Amino acid sequence: MSTSTELGVLPARLPARFSFIRARDFPLIPLLILGIIAFVAVFADVLAPYDPEIGSLSARFHPPFWQAKGHIDHLLGTDHLGRDVLSRLIFGARVSMVVGFTAVIFAGVVGTTLGIISGYLGGWVDQLIMRVTDAWLALPALTFAIFLAAIVGPSEMNIVIILALVYWTRYARIVRGEVLSLKEREFVRLAIVAGCSKMTIMRRHILPNVVNSAIVLASLMLGVVIVAEASLSFLGIGVPPPKPAWGVMLSDGKQGLMVGYWWLTVLPGCCIMLMVLSANLLGDWLRVKLDPQLRQL
Amino acid sequence: MAVLEAVRLCKHFPARRGIFGGSNGTVRAVDDISFAIEPGQTLGIVGESGCGKTTTAKLVLGLEQPSGGSIRFDGRDLDDLDTAGRRHYRKSVQAVFQDPYASLNPRMRIAHIIAEPLVTNEKLSADDVRKRVRQLLDLVGLPEHAADLFPHEFSGGQRQRIAIARALALSPRLVVLDEPVSALDVSIRAQILNLLGDLQAELGLSYLFIAHDLAAVAHMSHSIVVMYLGKIVESGEARVLALAPKHPYTRALFSAALPIHPDEQQAETILKGEVPSPLNPPAGCHFHPRCPHAMPRCGVEEPALVNVSGSLVACHLFDAGMEFGKSMHAAM
Repeated sequence: MSTSTELGVLPARLPARFSFIRARDFPLIPLLILGIIAFVAVFADVLAPYDPEIGSLSARFHPPFWQAKGHIDHLLGTDHLGRDVLSRLIFGARVSMVVGFTAVIFAGVVGTTLGIISGYLGGWVDQLIMRVTDAWLALPALTFAIFLAAIVGPSEMNIVIILALVYWTRYARIVRGEVLSLKEREFVRLAIVAGCSKMTIMRRHILPNVVNSAIVLASLMLGVVIVAEASLSFLGIGVPPPKPAWGVMLSDGKQGLMVGYWWLTVLPGCCIMLMVLSANLLGDWLRVKLDPQLRQL
Repeated sequence: MAVLEAVRLCKHFPARRGIFGGSNGTVRAVDDISFAIEPGQTLGIVGESGCGKTTTAKLVLGLEQPSGGSIRFDGRDLDDLDTAGRRHYRKSVQAVFQDPYASLNPRMRIAHIIAEPLVTNEKLSADDVRKRVRQLLDLVGLPEHAADLFPHEFSGGQRQRIAIARALALSPRLVVLDEPVSALDVSIRAQILNLLGDLQAELGLSYLFIAHDLAAVAHMSHSIVVMYLGKIVESGEARVLALAPKHPYTRALFSAALPIHPDEQQAETILKGEVPSPLNPPAGCHFHPRCPHAMPRCGVEEPALVNVSGSLVACHLFDAGMEFGKSMHAAM
């Protein structure tokens, strides 16, 4: 044991770096769930037993296999068009993942950039960006998203852009606050003394120090964005059918709920819940881990 | 010729109050001060917090623009410099700040931190930069492999050495030391002060040394400026000023510092009251409400800096013909 603490010998890095996995608060289960969803999304083509968009009308409303009239061919039953629910859930994971991550990253890049510019440059630039942000935040997010979606029409790409447009303000706000305290720090002053340009200071000194907060926020936003995507899809202005998004499945299945076709709504609902819950738990953990200052968020 | 000269330098901040931000007077953070820093010498600035020391440093570093007066570098007014001249000034004046935990970017490696002024101002090959960083680390007494580490892997004293290495990267003529040892452990202070002294002797640097630690300033400086509420109350050669302070404020300051020898007896002057608000400084001599020797005249008339046996003192006690000043001086 003590031999490794000799002068000049650095303690072995690897075990220390990965020891957090064994820590009590490590969110292993959320990470596993997200991992499985990501895996399923990537390999949807291989994993799905049927084409999610083509059904057979002779096999409508089959219940899951463990129920009385269930078929082993359709493990989780079929919907009103005879499409395999399992396959649709698998492909739906892909939609949620792609939309969720790209929207969060888009919003993050836009919000962080504007937050840094606003906080560092100050003056009228700051006033402008912050007043726009305030106005933006005053609009109810989902209503605003519905409004935008109604204008540009439904498509997966549009959903990403809309969600990024709706949610960038949160990044801008938080990043600006961080920048305001960072720019009074001495290393930023010294960079000015050293003759660095504003651009260089923002890129080299400010950005790396706000990236942690942005990542924490992104992980927390992931759940919000996924729910927003599902809501828009549920309302019919999100991912256009027949593409299998979980929100679309919920919407399609809601009529069947009264006549006992529970699997059409409960299963996609559970998927959304699991994914959002996992994303939030992971975000909570990251927040404490990376940025104690954001605890009260 | 002086490396840097401040002539009647002023910095006034508008004071804002309330949501409508109406201007309610000004804070005279630095009010009409003049000083000169000679080549290879150290000018110490002392005073309580809020007296304008740090604002002076910011003015010299170009982090704030003066609202009056001028700064001359090598005899040339900074306002008259063209872009190239400005650039030259930037390179010639570097800084070390108080808090070594805040003055190094936690996300940059030491080599990168030290090389930043070099890379920003000069076109050097990566090899030359590396060589220079190694040389600078050696100069401040840090091992070569420090270059690849991050700031959090160093102690406060080591960080301050890194900050010094960075300040020296461009071979500046003047280094502004804004409380360079105040945040350090007492046991480390002497090391850093000695390092600064050695570097000055070796490289012929000039220092603008700002501190509230009188012993450190007296030890480091060739001449000292004492500030109170934005104004210079006394300035002169360090030895004279430290051993025989004249202005009542300087006397109070130095009597508050620990004596050099524990057996040494000191007459202690304890000041009453607080430093008044710089928003609304007292009329006449700013120090008069706290001064043990205040006269009616002090509350009305502002004393000018006058030459009293080699030092400049702003006090009515030392105005020409004042018996009290003479007798007090003799008593010391």
